[in-house]
Amino acid sequence: MAYSDKVIDHYNEPRNVGSLDKNDENVGTGMVGAPECGDVMKLQIKVENDVIVDAKFKTFGCGSAIASSSLATEWLKGKPIDEGLNIRNTDIVEELSLPPVKIHCSVLAEDAIKAAINDYKQKAANIESAAD
Amino acid sequence: MKTPIYMDNHATTSVDPRVLETMLPYFSDTFGNSASRNHSFGWQAEEAVENARGQIARLIGADAREIIITSGATESDNLALTGVAEFYKEKGNHIITCVIEHKAILDTGHMLEQKGFEVTFLPVDKHGSIDLDELADAITDKTTLVSLMAANNEIGTLNPLKEIGKLTREKGVLFHCDATQGVGHMDIDVEEMNIDLASFTAHKIYGPKGVGALYVRRRKPRVRLSPLIYGGGHERGMRSGTLNVPGIVGFGKAADIMHEEGAQERENLLVLRERIFQGITREVEYVYLNGHPDTRHPGNVNLSFAYVEGESLLMGLSDIAVSSGSACTSASLEPSYVLRALGVGDDLAHSSIRFGVGRFNTEEEVDYVILRVVEAVSRLREMSPLYEMAQEGIDPSSINWSAH
Repeated sequence: MAYSDKVIDHYNEPRNVGSLDKNDENVGTGMVGAPECGDVMKLQIKVENDVIVDAKFKTFGCGSAIASSSLATEWLKGKPIDEGLNIRNTDIVEELSLPPVKIHCSVLAEDAIKAAINDYKQKAANIESAAD
Repeated sequence: MKTPIYMDNHATTSVDPRVLETMLPYFSDTFGNSASRNHSFGWQAEEAVENARGQIARLIGADAREIIITSGATESDNLALTGVAEFYKEKGNHIITCVIEHKAILDTGHMLEQKGFEVTFLPVDKHGSIDLDELADAITDKTTLVSLMAANNEIGTLNPLKEIGKLTREKGVLFHCDATQGVGHMDIDVEEMNIDLASFTAHKIYGPKGVGALYVRRRKPRVRLSPLIYGGGHERGMRSGTLNVPGIVGFGKAADIMHEEGAQERENLLVLRERIFQGITREVEYVYLNGHPDTRHPGNVNLSFAYVEGESLLMGLSDIAVSSGSACTSASLEPSYVLRALGVGDDLAHSSIRFGVGRFNTEEEVDYVILRVVEAVSRLREMSPLYEMAQEGIDPSSINWSAH
């Protein structure tokens, strides 16, 4: 299978690989996928004043899965948190020219974004209710 | 050293230059149809084919008259199973094979089931070995054929052909061996091992693609087959069609070289195989060997690199040709059925790489491959959330993952 240049670029030079402190109250963590299915993505965001100031990922998966999560972190950085929820898997498919057999990689990336944002929101809500 | 490096010799091998040289005249001056009985063009072609048939037969200890030329091992496997099942259906409707056989056997078996035959697929242990007692128990008075491979194409595990042949002979059932990967890489002698039919192909032994053989025993017992392809009655009526003369000549030469040099070649491959295995496992942790530790193809190393997905690893080895049992490398999205049958977890099946060392690989190439694999695995593990968990002391298999 031939990879698109953008997939190869993200694979060779992945953006934002790493981890944020998952116990930090400003950090949201999403972990999706399953090892038996051949892909697991961990995506983390750091939020200040409702803006995503940092994003990191780690991915176990094929080149397209790595590229999808790498691209997701790139797109998330600097975005207001609610706009992050607007990223659709189809945007990722288009940007990386993913073939049909790799569409599930983009779906997983969208799920990871949502999971990370929801995790952050959940934490924020808990802190608020604890303060009440 | 030239890149890319080819180390996928179970998929196919390059044509040995000596083989190519032998073939070339049969594309030009000596182009006759070996079935033309009334002129010298035909006679020359026939002589070349018969010479090659002798060379092919000698490689497995058979007689030239027992070699049926086919288009390759897939056709040979189809012909053996279907041909025997159909011809002997009055005697019985049961055949026995194994879950880790090549798809050419498994899919033919499934087709026969559709047609009303009964097929037993024997399980294997964690090394890919069958249990001989289980085989003995599976044979009934309805069984006509046992089909078991010589060497597994993914994990390299060898079957005990001599013991299988002894058993099938005692029980009076035929023994077909898919010897595609085994020929030249292990001892195969159809007399000593009581093999009644054997499939193999030129392109796995440094010959051309598109030409294979089915050995069909002529005496004690004489094996009969219903053909798959009808026509001019070539190949004793078992496989009609004008013979691929240059291909057959090449197959003969490849078999001849293997017969002369195979023993030494196995020694060389073993050295390279151990060098890869040691070189990688010395540098990288969480690496598991798939297949039998000792009883295996001399050129086969199949490793699972935990926490790294196989296709992404192949992508990191862009100047090295190897293959993976990962689902992502196939269209099916299912990981290798062979590794699954061994009880290798799907996570490790996704992480497997098959190295197939061959005649033309060098120590220098092996060292380069080791270096590149170590580098790529380390890089991908830095990127792997599963490796991170393992480092933190969390066993990823203890997590309740949601399958997707």
